Amino acid sequence: MVHDGKATPQARVEHSPREHLGAPVEITVTVNGTPHTHDVEPRTLLVQYIREHVGLTGTNIGCDTSSCGACSLHLNGEAVKSCTVLAVQADGTEIRTIEGMADADGTLHPMQQAFMENHGLQCGYCTPGMVMAATSLLEENPNPTEQEVRIGLEGNLCRCTGYHNIVKSVLAAASANA
Amino acid sequence: MTITEEPTTTTTGVIGSRLLRKEDPVLLTGEAVFTNDMKVPGALHMAMLRSPYAHATIVAIDTSAAAAMAGVRAVYTGADLAELWAAPMPCAWPVTDDMLNPPHHPIATDRVNFVGDGVAVVLAETDAIAHDAIDAIDVTYDALEAVTDLEDALSDRVLVHPELGTNSSYSWNLLVEETDGAVQRAFDNAAYTVTERYVQQRLIPMAMEPRAVVAVPQPFGGDLTLYTSTQIPHVLKVMVAVTLGVPEHQLRVVAPAVGGGFGAKLDVYAEELLCVALARKLGTPVRWNETRSENTVATIQGRGQIQHIELAADSNGKLTAIRVRLTADMGAYLQLITPGIPILGAFLYAGVYDLPKAYDFSCTGVFTTLTPTDAYRGAGRPEATYAIERSMDALAREIGIDPLELRRRNFIQPEQFPYEAFTGLVYDSGDHDKAATIASDLIDYGAVRARQATQNVEGSTKRLGLGVSTYFEMCGLAPSRVLASLNYSAGGWEAATVRILPTAKVQVVTGTSPHGQGHETSWSMIVADKLGIDPADVDVLHSDTAIAPLGMDTYGSRSLPVGGVAVGMACDKVIEKAKQIAAHQMEASVDDLEFIGGEFRVVGTPSKSMPLGAIAFAAFTAHDLPDGLEPNLEAQVTYDPPNFSWPFGTHMCLVEVDTETGDVDVLQYVAVDDCGNQVNPMIVEGQVHGGVIQGLAQALYEGADYDADGNLRTSTLADYLVPAASDVPSITIGHSVTPSPTNSLGVKGVGEAGTIGSAPAVMNAIVDALSGLGVRDIPMPASPNTVWNAIASASTVTPNTSTSPGGTP
Repeated sequence: MVHDGKATPQARVEHSPREHLGAPVEITVTVNGTPHTHDVEPRTLLVQYIREHVGLTGTNIGCDTSSCGACSLHLNGEAVKSCTVLAVQADGTEIRTIEGMADADGTLHPMQQAFMENHGLQCGYCTPGMVMAATSLLEENPNPTEQEVRIGLEGNLCRCTGYHNIVKSVLAAASANA
Repeated sequence: MTITEEPTTTTTGVIGSRLLRKEDPVLLTGEAVFTNDMKVPGALHMAMLRSPYAHATIVAIDTSAAAAMAGVRAVYTGADLAELWAAPMPCAWPVTDDMLNPPHHPIATDRVNFVGDGVAVVLAETDAIAHDAIDAIDVTYDALEAVTDLEDALSDRVLVHPELGTNSSYSWNLLVEETDGAVQRAFDNAAYTVTERYVQQRLIPMAMEPRAVVAVPQPFGGDLTLYTSTQIPHVLKVMVAVTLGVPEHQLRVVAPAVGGGFGAKLDVYAEELLCVALARKLGTPVRWNETRSENTVATIQGRGQIQHIELAADSNGKLTAIRVRLTADMGAYLQLITPGIPILGAFLYAGVYDLPKAYDFSCTGVFTTLTPTDAYRGAGRPEATYAIERSMDALAREIGIDPLELRRRNFIQPEQFPYEAFTGLVYDSGDHDKAATIASDLIDYGAVRARQATQNVEGSTKRLGLGVSTYFEMCGLAPSRVLASLNYSAGGWEAATVRILPTAKVQVVTGTSPHGQGHETSWSMIVADKLGIDPADVDVLHSDTAIAPLGMDTYGSRSLPVGGVAVGMACDKVIEKAKQIAAHQMEASVDDLEFIGGEFRVVGTPSKSMPLGAIAFAAFTAHDLPDGLEPNLEAQVTYDPPNFSWPFGTHMCLVEVDTETGDVDVLQYVAVDDCGNQVNPMIVEGQVHGGVIQGLAQALYEGADYDADGNLRTSTLADYLVPAASDVPSITIGHSVTPSPTNSLGVKGVGEAGTIGSAPAVMNAIVDALSGLGVRDIPMPASPNTVWNAIASASTVTPNTSTSPGGTP
């Protein structure tokens, strides 16, 4: 490789910190059936709000580019990546997180049960997001083909399972529903 | 999914069953606590300012604006912290006595050597404030030239570490010859030779959980607990003690729920040492969590090798010699086992083949101004397998025979096991022909070849390719004395304790440290089988050095063949103790007792029996024990394996390549992995699925792409293509079961097998599809653009007039 001269640096975004943050905003969000009211910085992401203000840490953070889907949860009944939503945008919404999926008596949600029975998880880090995305997928398409499941979950990355048993889990949950 | 042969089951039926995992409920419900989930009152959040230059001198750092920000507790540069380091960061594998290893501290002082090298840290009340503050630090750099190309690095044109006088860290050689000059004579006399060059691109491991650290000190008592997302709490404890001078007995390391590792968490990282050092310095908890963009530059990367391999073969295609010249990218520094990774592969460049003593390997480890490399799933062994399996296909083309036939002619035969290889290592067991036959039956090998003959005709734009790869994996690290002979600084034993509680429930303490592998389930199954109890009555404790003080952790597919075997041995030992108590209480001779189904019985007197639970309670009360016998029912074993374990298998991949777009469609993938007896086939298959896709991802999608200035262009998950479900195929699994004779469970490792077998199978398939067009090699990852370019340049060299039906005659 021919390369003369000194290196140029990785691009870095320069901004003057904390001057543009704005005043905290009060929001009220219903999470797993319980209303929560907090003052949040306008820049707070929904996932940060859920983890740091509401205190529910089942929703994981796996990236900073809205690529991995580990933070997927249900916002007004639909799966969203909670890192792509500002907490202030979620004001007045109904949120369901992974903590709200199993019954209080310990009975797993059918999708959770399907993941367990089909070994659809290994390390479990992508799992909450995967379960939330998969349940939303079946709401839209209760009887998907294997290919529809694969395409429907393409926003959620898993590094352990090779997706084989995740796809199997979702198909099993679909046929259990049928 | 196809299971062609059910693995062996034991008499109780627990081992060999598809028991659902104990680990799952907490992970499925959000109840599991990963390091970054921990709530630690009063903890300061650390953020690290990282060098934007691959190579530069630090001229000045102005931290005043950051330090003045509300909520910032402290800002430190490398110079501020220099007195905290008792020793440089550890490299535990000095592969040669004269290996060059520049001192590496958790934070740079005078010079930065890769994009991502730490230059300053902030401690603040919140993570957001800490990150705001690092943006306010002003660093003046004097840029130096980057060194990003391995062959350029070897030339020493620009020195990464000028004080070393060279970019070469070491040269490591392995020359095995029956008589002097045997290798050269074999090449001189060969009927066929091939010379190949392959590039193992750098890979980013990308465990879904980025790293995270929490250090909690006890300022007056002196103890400190380090919670960290690691594969190696035990090794880390020793290394933190050594590098920071922390008294080891006051240090506790805990790996909470860990979201994947793949080798990248088999390391001692700057941020772990910084959190511990700063928590001690300030007397307050310090925590750090890695962003994904940091992870791509600050966590180790894998692979990064240029491989030159030459094969010599006789007129039947039988291998007569192999020569390998390797250049391995160390990156800017040597991390925990960086230099040893290519050496782990050195023993596998003959694959599963019966090679005479005619082997010439050498490897040079080279510094570049890039993120350090280290272990990534397979660690040296996927690279070796790739080189031999790709070059075997090249040899088959040279000879004009089917690549599977060439492999069969060279397989080590079942009756040759245990087989002493040319390296002196002994392969424990294997049946390569059987695995290959199962795989070829599953993919319908003959029918696929026939389809190729009709489909891959002149003018066809959709070409079928069938790729084969066979492998041996050297895993289950490892006999401590063998590791010593390789200059590895630690042993390869594993510890286990089995404790039968007064109420007959069982605690198992293991030194392995799982992060997705399901040890809690599998170890419970081993114990249930041995003790005749329900696996639900077993709890497996791990990953906390206060609870499991002895261990060598989880990597190198070692947990089951070393740690799981140790658990089984501890069961045997506890049964022996229980038998003495049973004999005493039943007034029988120990020799007359048998232990069946959880009960001690007097042989020939079925009415006389005592359940293990009763013995456990008797051992607890200690009212009536044999003279001299200690109370309580527990046994501890530390097991040093007599050999590596040698899983093997055959993978086959069927692809269709669109010659107009370069797109590769994987139509079918078959993996036959023989890991000996299977404790839980469901978990085994899961390991294979994930492993196969990681290797397939190297073949088709992934690569850490650097520009000439050493900037990582794939620094986020938006740029680095970890495949999604829609990008990968379903996998057909087949098993053969060839138990290992070297351990009491007959097991072998399985964690890395899929990754080792899959990249060469996929690439062989693509080249096979296109070899009729004159394509002989395609670099990884085989993106549509890369494939299209390979077709275009082959067509230029060899006009598209071939009448060969597909790759393989």
